[in-house]
Amino acid sequence: MLTNILAISLGAILTNNFIFSQFLGCCPFLGCSSKVDTAAGMGLAVVFVMGLASAICWVIDTYILIPLGLAFLETLAFILVIAALVQLVEMFLKKSVPSLYSALGIYLPLITTNCAVLGVVLLNVQNNYNFIESVVYGVTGGLGFLLAIVLFASVRERIQFAEYPECFEGFPICLVSAGLVALAFMGFSGMKIF
Amino acid sequence: MIFILRAVLVLGVLGAIFGAVLAVAAKIFHVEVDPREKAVREALAGANCGGCGYPGCDGYAKAVAAGEAPCNKCVAGGAETAAKVSEIMGVKSEGAEKLVAFVPCSGSLDAAELRFHYTGPEDCRAAMLFGGKSSKLCTFACIGLGNCARACKFDAMHIENGVARVDRYNCVGCGACVDACPKSIVKLIPESQRVMPACRNQDKGAQVMKICKVGCIGCMKCQRECPADAITVVNNVAQVDTSKCVQCGHCADICPRHIITLF
Repeated sequence: MLTNILAISLGAILTNNFIFSQFLGCCPFLGCSSKVDTAAGMGLAVVFVMGLASAICWVIDTYILIPLGLAFLETLAFILVIAALVQLVEMFLKKSVPSLYSALGIYLPLITTNCAVLGVVLLNVQNNYNFIESVVYGVTGGLGFLLAIVLFASVRERIQFAEYPECFEGFPICLVSAGLVALAFMGFSGMKIF
Repeated sequence: MIFILRAVLVLGVLGAIFGAVLAVAAKIFHVEVDPREKAVREALAGANCGGCGYPGCDGYAKAVAAGEAPCNKCVAGGAETAAKVSEIMGVKSEGAEKLVAFVPCSGSLDAAELRFHYTGPEDCRAAMLFGGKSSKLCTFACIGLGNCARACKFDAMHIENGVARVDRYNCVGCGACVDACPKSIVKLIPESQRVMPACRNQDKGAQVMKICKVGCIGCMKCQRECPADAITVVNNVAQVDTSKCVQCGHCADICPRHIITLF
């Protein structure tokens, strides 16, 4: 049990990182990574949404959808859960951390359509994870996202002071460096855990 | 049938539960917003045209309520909206002069000589890649493929016979066409301005005669006869100083090329 959880966690954070090896959630990854502070805030919001979405979606799937033979409605029901959760996070941030709320801007409601969140709950179903495994996969998947976006934001902060060809200004250099960071993460892919 | 009902019922109930949770959360996490922000937002035209320079009407309302933006920036609403917003904010109305778009080119397909026949994509930017500036011999001319017409959200810009024309009645002066024009031809002029030379060709008169039937030849007649000294010919093209112009329309009558339009 414990080794299983460890394997899931390491897999979600490093070897099967949502951004660098599954290429899910690239939109906020590129949009919200110009500053480390904002990136960390975005990452934490995603950790929260992913973890909670995994838990609620697992309960809904196992106790409502599957017994009623409505498994084909999974995507629809999951989106409903995620949208509601994101709204909740948005309200909470607006009240408690207004600075983060304005820094995240449009990307906060866009977590709803962050494919990494929907990806994690659908993968939970696909991999037949139980409740604990689902929650662990959700939280660690979010942590993987957090790690990736914070790493990438620090890279981008350094790029600002670097000299690169003028034609790479803006998004081109950003995409190139995203590719390089993803390459670095490829190093984990050969790793076999247990 | 029952199966479908069950599916609808399950999703409906789930949605209702989440809705209820969110409603409770909205009460708990309620944040007071500046009531003026809401009032200003309601007073605005609501076209989300971006003519004010802020991201949509919400963004502008927020900036106004925070005292960061002047009250007269809503071009779609015009002076009426400016007055309302000023009233909400408790400041004196600065009175926005309504602007309208104007295309200083009359090079329709009848008037302007063509260099070649363009059959590429219907996009001014694409057309600019060929033969310098456009398919017309006049390098200053409107290309007439309608980037401005597509950018206009108010149905005020149309291509007529190969040249962009503004419908002054529909135009709100948001400036979307000004940004959309790759040759920077379209400009905004005060709505009260009745006369404008509809040409921007800076070539010498003899050259203009060759390439366009209506282009300004810089004959200086309007400059000499303008009772208000509002017209000057700069770089071989007549220009009207809107602050001096008395809108008498004399220039439009005497222009030998009939290039000065009277609205």
